[in-house]
Amino acid sequence: MDGLLTLLGDHTVQNVVLGAIFLGVTSGVLGSFAVLRQQSLLGDTLAHAALPGVCLGFLVAGGRELGFILAGALVTAVLAALLMLVLTRRSRLKTDAGLGTALGFSFAVGVVLLTYIQNTGDAAQGGLDSFLFGQAAATLRSDLWIMGGIMVAALALVAAFWKEFKLVTFDPLYAGATGLPVTLLDVVLTTMIALAVVVGLQMVGVVLMASMVIAPAVAARQWVSKLEHMVVAAAGVGVVAGTSGALISALVANLATGPVIVLTASALVLVSILAAPGRGLLWEQLARWRARRTLRGRQVLTTLYELSAEHRDPHYPAERGTLNTFHGLDTRAALARLERRGLVQRVRHMPDEGPHWELTAAGREEARRTLAQLGAAEA
Amino acid sequence: MLAAFFSSIAAMIILTGALVGVAAALVGTFLVLRRSAMLSDAISHSIVFGIVVVWLATRQQSGPVQLVGAALTGLLTVFLTELLVNSRKVKNDAAIGLVFPVLFAAGVLLLNLYARDVHVDTHTVLLGEIGFVWLDTMALGGLEVPVAVVWMSVVTLVNAVFVGVFYKELKLSTFDPELAQALGFAPTLLFYALLALTSVTAVAAFDAVGAVLFIAFVVIPPSAAYLLTDRLAAMLALSVLVALVSSVVGYVLAVRADVSIGGMMAVVTGLCLGLAFLFGPRYGLLAQSLRAWRQRHGDELRALVVHLHDHEHSPARDEENIVSALEQHLRWSPRRAAAVLRRGLAEGLVLREGRTLHLTTKGRDLAHELTEPWRRATA
Repeated sequence: MDGLLTLLGDHTVQNVVLGAIFLGVTSGVLGSFAVLRQQSLLGDTLAHAALPGVCLGFLVAGGRELGFILAGALVTAVLAALLMLVLTRRSRLKTDAGLGTALGFSFAVGVVLLTYIQNTGDAAQGGLDSFLFGQAAATLRSDLWIMGGIMVAALALVAAFWKEFKLVTFDPLYAGATGLPVTLLDVVLTTMIALAVVVGLQMVGVVLMASMVIAPAVAARQWVSKLEHMVVAAAGVGVVAGTSGALISALVANLATGPVIVLTASALVLVSILAAPGRGLLWEQLARWRARRTLRGRQVLTTLYELSAEHRDPHYPAERGTLNTFHGLDTRAALARLERRGLVQRVRHMPDEGPHWELTAAGREEARRTLAQLGAAEA
Repeated sequence: MLAAFFSSIAAMIILTGALVGVAAALVGTFLVLRRSAMLSDAISHSIVFGIVVVWLATRQQSGPVQLVGAALTGLLTVFLTELLVNSRKVKNDAAIGLVFPVLFAAGVLLLNLYARDVHVDTHTVLLGEIGFVWLDTMALGGLEVPVAVVWMSVVTLVNAVFVGVFYKELKLSTFDPELAQALGFAPTLLFYALLALTSVTAVAAFDAVGAVLFIAFVVIPPSAAYLLTDRLAAMLALSVLVALVSSVVGYVLAVRADVSIGGMMAVVTGLCLGLAFLFGPRYGLLAQSLRAWRQRHGDELRALVVHLHDHEHSPARDEENIVSALEQHLRWSPRRAAAVLRRGLAEGLVLREGRTLHLTTKGRDLAHELTEPWRRATA
């Protein structure tokens, strides 16, 4: 605990944590829209397309000025989105080829610019590589102002156009029919993905930023079903993943921040997909198992009822072996559960032949009710 | 002669680039046609994991073990993605975007932790070092041949043989997977083989162009070819051509500007696509607008002759078949009316007599053809 407190007192660590929080909130909130609109891979393309912008910002500013670099990244990311849009709308290329082309071409331009900067021998170029995989420890106080500013602007945008964004996300056709400027909103939402990417550059880097757009939103989606809740939950997941990842990489030497944050976020996705209440795979499995158990109990119960009806004997003792054969499975557990609920009871009848069971009064009533329900369903 | 060729640095770099481009274009053509271009994005990122794991286990940076490892990693990526999609918790695009960052991040962290001093550093992972391929050679039939050239040749040959042998099967399962399935061609198996080959190619190309630029070589040349032709064989040939041109032109430009050679080669593929997009014979932007322009002009002339024909024998003829009526009744602007009239006169469809316009025989025939098309059959 003491260690953690000392750690949090450290200036660099404070910066890192704040940066991670800004990153988590922005990418969680904006990523929710991207994932719901099935534009996850657009995030990947925009993230890679930030590289040439980083280099251009560096060239324009003549040094590692984060403001210029992020502005450049925003511009080239939006340009890549535009390129993808033009290619798919004005030619026969499909979305995947448009995305791949925009990604590959932008990144190639970025690589060319990066080597250009490195070969012109500028002493200050050392910092540019860190935008490939992120380097949280290099975050400055002044950087935080910029990142925080972008976060506030993005959140304000989402708040201002909440209703419109929601409609365009879930029902673009209806949104168009009500007279909303769908194309404009499309452009704004795409620009916002670019904003999320830009905030993450310092922390995660261009290559893995896509994951920070996608993972928190996907994790959040497993826990909640309303957009309001999803946006908040995604921001939460983003903050947790960002903070823990950034702290781990700041503590362990030589670990690039981006990969650690991405692995943390992905672990949260895995946990959510497995264990989110109601929707998670484990819960689904549990529900399926319970349903199967209930069904088996009802089958055994109604079989007992029909046997006793056939033999005109309300206390007809049915042997377990007969029931097993009839149902083709072991009914011991089902009978034990029915007994616990007071619906069946053991009877002493020909002890050499194995255990025998009969319905109780409550069991007869339950079986009748079940059969009536089935009859009603058939009618 | 051969020895001089293999010891020429420029020739070796261009040859490597050309081999990367050709091998990638061969598999990329089918990925683009199947609308799975972004799988190359996923595969090329996640093979980093495979490369690092195989390297840590065997200390071999290239060679058969690496190629097998790559194929397995590529298939693992696709398998994990489909597992996520089949859980129905995550949409396809988000699933792709979740899986490959995890594998990539894990690969980068393993490098950070265990492989600090080898040349497989994180920088190379992204950018490749095609400029240095000639440094690492092996003896082959008495010649010193760069290792990258040897392995790229093998992979290119394998891809070419695969496409050549299974050409019919690939074609059918790309364009009509249901029919291919029904005829017993196992399109799924073929697709997995294609993805495995894509992974193998990515690893072989890894030293030369890195993980991300590879996407450009897979997606862009086939996309450019797709804008130029409708025939599969022509598309394959054209994408190979784009790859070859890009490697030569890219090398020349990169050396002149002293920037990343692999990056410049990828940029040139993008420029080729830009040319195809603008000037493609049928689907190019220019051809499209030319077609639209011709269509509009033809429509205007047809409207003119039908209008004149309608009123030729009517009492209102002197009010309808005059120049000013074109502006009022057809709602054409004065400039447009004058332009249409000029073309009508030039093509010998109409005659002008003071204010009045008359149809020529040619013009009347055209009007008849449009208003009473059934006569054409009997005449």
